[in-house]
Amino acid sequence: MNIVDLITIPLQYPFMVKAIVVSSVVGAVCALLSCFLILKGWSLLGDAISHAVLPGVVLAYIIGIPFSVGGFIFALLAVLLIGSIKTHTKIKEDAVMGIVFTTLFALGLILISRTVSSIDLMHVLFGYVLGISDVAAWYTIGVSAVVAAIILTFRRTLLLFCFDPTHMQSVGVSAKFIHYFLLVLLAVTITASLQTVGIILVIAMLITPGSTAFLLTKRFPVMLVIASVVSVVSSVVGAYASYYLDVSTGGAIVFFQGCVFLGAFAFSVIRSHRKKNTSVVSV
Amino acid sequence: MYAIELHNVSVEYQDRMGLENASIQIPEGTFSGVIGMNGAGKSTLFKVIMGLVRPTSGSVLVDQKTPLQAQKEGVVAYVPQNELVDWDFPVSVYDVVMMGRFGLQNIFRTPRAEDHAQVMNALEKVGMKEYRDRQIGELSGGQKKRVFVARALAHGADILLLDEPFAGVDAKSEHALTELLLTLKQAGKTIILSTHELTSLSEYCDHVALIKKTVVAYGPTTEVFTRDNVTQTFDGAMHRIKFSA
Ligand SMILES: Nc1ncnc2c1ncn2[C@@H]1O[C@H](COP(=O)(O)OP(=O)(O)OP(=O)(O)O)[C@@H](O)[C@H]1O
Ligand SMILES: [Mg+2]
Repeated sequence: MNIVDLITIPLQYPFMVKAIVVSSVVGAVCALLSCFLILKGWSLLGDAISHAVLPGVVLAYIIGIPFSVGGFIFALLAVLLIGSIKTHTKIKEDAVMGIVFTTLFALGLILISRTVSSIDLMHVLFGYVLGISDVAAWYTIGVSAVVAAIILTFRRTLLLFCFDPTHMQSVGVSAKFIHYFLLVLLAVTITASLQTVGIILVIAMLITPGSTAFLLTKRFPVMLVIASVVSVVSSVVGAYASYYLDVSTGGAIVFFQGCVFLGAFAFSVIRSHRKKNTSVVSV
Repeated sequence: MYAIELHNVSVEYQDRMGLENASIQIPEGTFSGVIGMNGAGKSTLFKVIMGLVRPTSGSVLVDQKTPLQAQKEGVVAYVPQNELVDWDFPVSVYDVVMMGRFGLQNIFRTPRAEDHAQVMNALEKVGMKEYRDRQIGELSGGQKKRVFVARALAHGADILLLDEPFAGVDAKSEHALTELLLTLKQAGKTIILSTHELTSLSEYCDHVALIKKTVVAYGPTTEVFTRDNVTQTFDGAMHRIKFSA
């Protein structure tokens, strides 16, 4: 089998085409968002939100509304809970997040165990992009495109918010508003990505590409490009790997992203080592 | 006309007072030095003017407007005492100074020719033009300070607040900065600057505010910067300072 066949054979199956397209689109939007999240230090918050959507997904299944709607409601609930507990107590934010998301996640588990026809828990937790319906695929693509367009359009505002919210406030732009704006983008992205990589792994899509890019550049626009490319390539590689090796798509995508991160890490260590050596010599 | 007016402003932090019944009227086009001991309330005064801290009582007017309105109209620019930013952030010196133009740009914040010109101008003025492509963390402490001064300059506001801009800045840069601020004053801007450098203060400040929880005294340097006032503000005699009276 030559390389062209390797690439084209899976594309004969509509479910594979769908899987590749959806994973790539989700990968791109998560990558864009990840650049802001890791700079803002919101990685753990992303993790918390993604776990907290579980009961929403299960309830949505029970009532018969789209998963993402239920997920989104619980994402906002988690954000509000975390925010209000933090402002009314002296408990550190990471502890508050831990309590809120594990409690909501546990509620989700309880609901799942009581749901008779039982949604496949594995699919909710780890994604099942190969089995995505047309409607869900279009929904995911649509939402991702809108979120990506919003992020790119307002990237300078979001960047200033991450870098220096006090300055933003001092030029008369509400940092609080942008704070919630970014949170909503995060919640929407997480719920839109659920079917691709699932609740557990979506956080990887929201941390790894941005972190990889951060290792490789000091320019924010370049960082956005690198993160997106890394993420989309990982999604495609992951989808093919799941076809040929018969492994979990979400698992393959996230694992490949982690490998790219390690590669970038090795590269950045070698590069800074070289720089140090040359500067010593040149002195 | 007054650039800044505070009437009986009090600020309460969780358990202590930041300011108590502070009143001050700073005329337009003046260069005011704000002095006082550590914890006296100088930064709090600046934050109240910038609307970053809300007074528990009293009123604040900036160019006859509320602080928020003044900010929205781009009347006032501010250099904080401590930049609480992540120095590893992937932004360059140029990018940071461009943030000074943020409030003046359209909703997409796309820099126009005018913005680029003002940024280069501001970088030139603080002598940081050659460093414009550096990542913001790859600078010395004093250079960082100058970048944030440039950010406020790029804003082009009529009122400029600088909270200890000389801290950690070398003598040459300090001199260059005061010269620059004096030319801005000549151009009609109002400069308000806090400092612990009492010896050189009277060389460039035409007004002085003495702060000790409240405004102990404010007025022309020649009238207010006296041994008595300074002694009262600083809880002790200041031997080596040349006073006006
Ligand atoms: N965020 C805060 N929370 C609680 N108290 C604060 C806060 N900021 C300042 N304070 C208190 O308010 C008082 C005034 O502080 P401020 O920062 O205005 O002083 P300052 O004159 O600027 O001092 P310095 O010369 O050290 O910069 C101090 O007693 C300080 O401890
Ligand atoms: Mg201070």
